[in-house]
Amino acid sequence: MSKMQLITKGLVKDNPTFVLILGMCPTLATTTSAINGLSMGLATLFVLVLSNMAISLVAKVTPDKVHIPVYIVVIATFVTVLQLLMQAYTPGIYSALGVFIPLIVVNCIILGRAEAFACKHNVIDSALDGIGVGLGFVASLTVIGIVREILGSGSVFGWKFITGDGILAFIMAPGAFLVLGYLMVLFNKYLVKK
Amino acid sequence: MAAKSNLTNMAVVLAATCLICAAILGCVYAVTAAPIAETNANIQKAAIAAVLPEGVEVSEAVPVKVGGEDSEYYIGTKDGAPVAYAVKSTTSGFGGALTLMVGVTADGKVYNTSVLSHTETPGLGAKCTSDPAFTAQWKGFDTGTKILSVKKDGGDVDAITASTITSRAYTLAVKNAYEAVKGLAK
Amino acid sequence: MMEILLIIVSAIFVNNVVLAQFLGICPFLGVSKKTSTAAGMSAAVCFVITLATLVTYLLNKYLLLPTGIFKVDLTFLQTILFILVIAALVQMVEIVLKKSAPSLYQALGIYLPLITTNCAVLGVAINVVTKQFTFGGAPHMLGLGDAVIYAFATSLGYGLAMILFSGLREHLELNDVPKDFKGLPIALITVGILAMAFMGFSGIA
Repeated sequence: MSKMQLITKGLVKDNPTFVLILGMCPTLATTTSAINGLSMGLATLFVLVLSNMAISLVAKVTPDKVHIPVYIVVIATFVTVLQLLMQAYTPGIYSALGVFIPLIVVNCIILGRAEAFACKHNVIDSALDGIGVGLGFVASLTVIGIVREILGSGSVFGWKFITGDGILAFIMAPGAFLVLGYLMVLFNKYLVKK
Repeated sequence: MAAKSNLTNMAVVLAATCLICAAILGCVYAVTAAPIAETNANIQKAAIAAVLPEGVEVSEAVPVKVGGEDSEYYIGTKDGAPVAYAVKSTTSGFGGALTLMVGVTADGKVYNTSVLSHTETPGLGAKCTSDPAFTAQWKGFDTGTKILSVKKDGGDVDAITASTITSRAYTLAVKNAYEAVKGLAK
Repeated sequence: MMEILLIIVSAIFVNNVVLAQFLGICPFLGVSKKTSTAAGMSAAVCFVITLATLVTYLLNKYLLLPTGIFKVDLTFLQTILFILVIAALVQMVEIVLKKSAPSLYQALGIYLPLITTNCAVLGVAINVVTKQFTFGGAPHMLGLGDAVIYAFATSLGYGLAMILFSGLREHLELNDVPKDFKGLPIALITVGILAMAFMGFSGIA
C-alpha cells in the first residue's frame, strides 16, 4: 500500500464509523453540534497517531502475553496527557465533551489499530495509518454533527440560518441513532463499491 | 513480531512501561498544573467581573451559607464602600448541578448573573447560558417590584421554552444568592 | 429510602446508560442479535460494573484524592489506574469463576474478555467519582453505598435495553428490509425509536 493510500483509506474504504463500525459511543454522544463532533474527532486523532507511533516502537520488545496491558497503559498515558492539555488550554471544549475524553482509552478504534497495524509496521507507516484512520473518524463525526445541528438547532458551526427552535429530538439521544442509521444507508448506497 | 514470553521479560517490560508512562505523566502534570489553575481562576474572575458593576475592586473569597449549603461570595467595593456582592450559588438543575455567579447590588437588586458550570440538555436547558430572552432579564432584575419565581409559579421570570426545571433551578439559585446577601446586610 | 428508589428509577429508566448516556454501544450493537446471548452479556456486565465501581471508588478515595493516604492530589492518574484495575478485575473474575463456579463460567465466560473495552464500565466508574448527582435533592457526590447501588441499577438498565433491543432484532431478522437498510442501519433506526420511547420517562425524576 502506498503512503498516499494509507492516509486516504480511512475516508471511505476503511471508514471507522460507517464501514468498520468502531467507536460508536463517542460518535453518538458527542455529535450534538458540528464543533463538538469535530473536537472529539481531533482529540481521538491526536491519541491515535501518538499511540500508533509509540506502539510500533515497543511492539518488538513486548512479550506476547503482556502486549494488551502494555498497549492499554501506553494509550491511557496519551489520553491523560490530552486531558491535561485540554483542561489547561481549551476548558470550554473539555467540559462539553465530558466523560468521553477519558473514554478515548476504551475506544476500540485505537486498540484495534494497535493490534491490526501498528505492532507490525514501522513508525512512519504507523503514524500515517493513524492519521488516515483518524481523519476518517474526524470526517464522519463532523458530518454527523453538521446534520444533527442543522436539524436540531437550525445552525452550522454555531452560525444560525433558520430562526426559531429546531427539531429538538435530533440533539437528544434518539436523533443520534436515527441520523447515524440514515447516514449509514446513504453511505452504503452511494459510496461503497459493490 | 512480538518477543517470546517468559516471566523475566514480562515483568521487566510491564514495569518499564509503567515507569516510563508515570514519568511522562508526572512531567506533563507538572508543566500543565499552573496553566490549568490559571484557566480555572480566569473563568471564575471573568464570571465575577460580568456580574459586578464596572470599575469595582473585588475582594478575596468569603465563606457563606447559600440556600443552606456552604458557598462563597466576593465583595465589590468602590471608593472603600461595598457597592455589590458576587455570590456563588448551586442548585439542582435537570441534568445535575447548576452553578451560577450572581451579582447583587448593595441596595438589593440583582445586577447580573453568569453560569459557572452546568450539565443541562444541549438545545433545551443549556440555553440558560445563551438564550438572550432568558439571560437578558436578569440584568437589573428589580426584586422590589418583581417576584423571583417563574411565571408558571406566579412570579415574573420568563422560563426557557420547554425547560421549566432548568428555569426553576436557575431562579432558585438567584433567589438563594439574593437571600444570602440580604442576610449579610443585617 | 426515597433517595435509593430515585437512584434506581433514574439509573434504569430516565438516564438509561445506553439509550440516554451512550455508554457501551459497541457490545450493545454487537451481541444483541439473539436474546439468549444478550442476556448472558447483560449478566456479565452487571457483575463487572458493580464490582469495578466498588473497587475504583475505594481506590479513588484512599489513593488518589488529596484526603487519601498520600495527601496529594493524584486524580490525574484516574484514567490510567481505573482502566488497569478494570482489566485486572475482569481477568480475576474470569479465573475465579473458572475455578469456583464452572457452570456460571460456561454461561458468562465468552463475554468476559469483551468487557474490558466496554466503555460503560469505565464510564460509570469515572462518573461516580467525578460528577455531582442530584436525585431530587441538593447536588452532592455519592457515598460508597449509593455509588454501588447506582452502578448496579445502571447495569440493570443496560440489561433492560439490551434484552428489549435483542427481542426487536430477532423480529427484524424475519422481515423483508430494503437492501441498503439491512443489518446495522435498520438496527440503529430501531434503537432511535426505542430511545424516543425512553425519553418519555424523563418527567419522572
